[in-house]
Amino acid sequence: MPVIVRVPTQLRQLTGGAGEVPVEATTVGEALRALDELYPGLAERLFDGDGALRRFVNVFVADEDIRFASGLETPVAPTQTVSIVPAVAGGA
Amino acid sequence: MAVTYQERLRDGPVDAAATSAQRARCQCPTDEEAHVEPVTATALTCRECGRTFPLEALHACDFCFGPLEVAYDYEAVAARLRREEIAAGPRTMWRYRALLPVDDVRPVELGAGWTPLVRADRLAAELGLGELWLKDDTANPTGSFKDRVVSVALTKARQLGFKVAACASTGNLAASVAAHAARAGMTSVVLVPKDLERAKIAMAAIYGGTVVAVDGSYDQVNRLCAELAAEHESWAFANVNLRAYYAEGSKTLAFEIAEQLGWRAPDHVVVPVASGSQLTKVAKGFRELSAVGLLPAEEGAAVRVSGAQAAGCAPVAKAFDEGSDDVRPVRPSTIAKSLAIGDPADGYYALQAVRRSGGAVGSVGDDEILDAIGLLARTEGIFAETAGGVTIATLAKLAAAGVVRRDERVVAIVSGHGLKTVETLGALAGPGVTVEPSLEAFETAVEPVLTCR
Repeated sequence: MPVIVRVPTQLRQLTGGAGEVPVEATTVGEALRALDELYPGLAERLFDGDGALRRFVNVFVADEDIRFASGLETPVAPTQTVSIVPAVAGGA
Repeated sequence: MAVTYQERLRDGPVDAAATSAQRARCQCPTDEEAHVEPVTATALTCRECGRTFPLEALHACDFCFGPLEVAYDYEAVAARLRREEIAAGPRTMWRYRALLPVDDVRPVELGAGWTPLVRADRLAAELGLGELWLKDDTANPTGSFKDRVVSVALTKARQLGFKVAACASTGNLAASVAAHAARAGMTSVVLVPKDLERAKIAMAAIYGGTVVAVDGSYDQVNRLCAELAAEHESWAFANVNLRAYYAEGSKTLAFEIAEQLGWRAPDHVVVPVASGSQLTKVAKGFRELSAVGLLPAEEGAAVRVSGAQAAGCAPVAKAFDEGSDDVRPVRPSTIAKSLAIGDPADGYYALQAVRRSGGAVGSVGDDEILDAIGLLARTEGIFAETAGGVTIATLAKLAAAGVVRRDERVVAIVSGHGLKTVETLGALAGPGVTVEPSLEAFETAVEPVLTCR
């Protein structure tokens, strides 16, 4: 069973409009790299020059922010959803 | 000659400069005069990846999602801006228009800024400090520093042709957006958490816009507004699609502090932290004064900047204590509702500004906040809302810890008026004694209390 990666609207022009993409992966990092292999160009939107997740790209596994789990090493089980959510800053 | 209340408050006798300020202030613009293209603001740039964007209603980078910030041509400002020109300008925040992102000769304003900077010797003595000043932003038109940011945001919104002003707010911003929208003849829609203090709801509602109380936390209100901003592109959300401009208004706190100190930078500034925007922009303001030659080259960046949070909502203080760059969202529980932002948009940048400057971020409990409101009022005659209590209590804590030092010239920012949060004060804000209207009753009931003091 694959992992499901949920792609935000802002990045769907790179996925041919797909909002959910199944990939084979055991960690968040693997899932996002697999996504980039399917749709080249995604990685540079998600990662900075050092390979770290960009500061305003949040990734959630089962609704938990991976910054507060194990980052890109956070494990994902089959059928779990990895959500990419841009943190578009707002607020007082 | 008509003398406005605010000019008396701020400036003493009215002089020629004040009358010219009156002429420049608060008049209905004509289309030709009001919509002047920005001169010194050059672009919006992404704070993360550096991509540039036009000066439109954009707030996030479409490549990396980073927040956008206004860039200026500092050389052009330095070449033409002199202290004398500023001194001859209006006695409002718009005297610094060369360093604001919209160069409109008649901004949307109610007279925000140029609030008193008062020397606070009695409070300093209580806290064991030396030269302490208070930037009294309770004196703004709607009673908080938000008038500074809103005046910029709605001036830009009008220039871009928006007819509807909106925001997500913990209360103070809502009042300011509604008031400035009324002033500008715009419609307003402001969204707030439903558990706000009554005065803040009233101040938002009275100006005739739509106040939407949301059954949720500020962070949920903010997320809703981010979604609404995508659905209603014709609405100017002060702190969403206009946020890059809005935030710049807080720089005028730094500009005024430096000018009111006789064009000297303070050594240390203590700033309340909600989203972290005010702190970030105060630090930026001092750096800009050096960048354009209004302060000596190194002085602006040497200002130590410290942040103040309520313990019940202290994600930035916690990250500071832990030496972490990750500001972990929290669920707020504090009487300081105006600072109750659990997921602060500028938390990371505020942390960087604090660390770069050698400051600190402290946090204080609700009892300490109330004590500090009382201390500030009885030592200096300034009545602050809970956010001011947070700032003064944190100042006390940082002073006791030796982080804010006795040999420093210190400025604390008092950002909002105490009448906004009266119900949090309980017995503090009640009469000491109630008596029948007779001398005997007074002597019986009051004299003992007086001698006790």
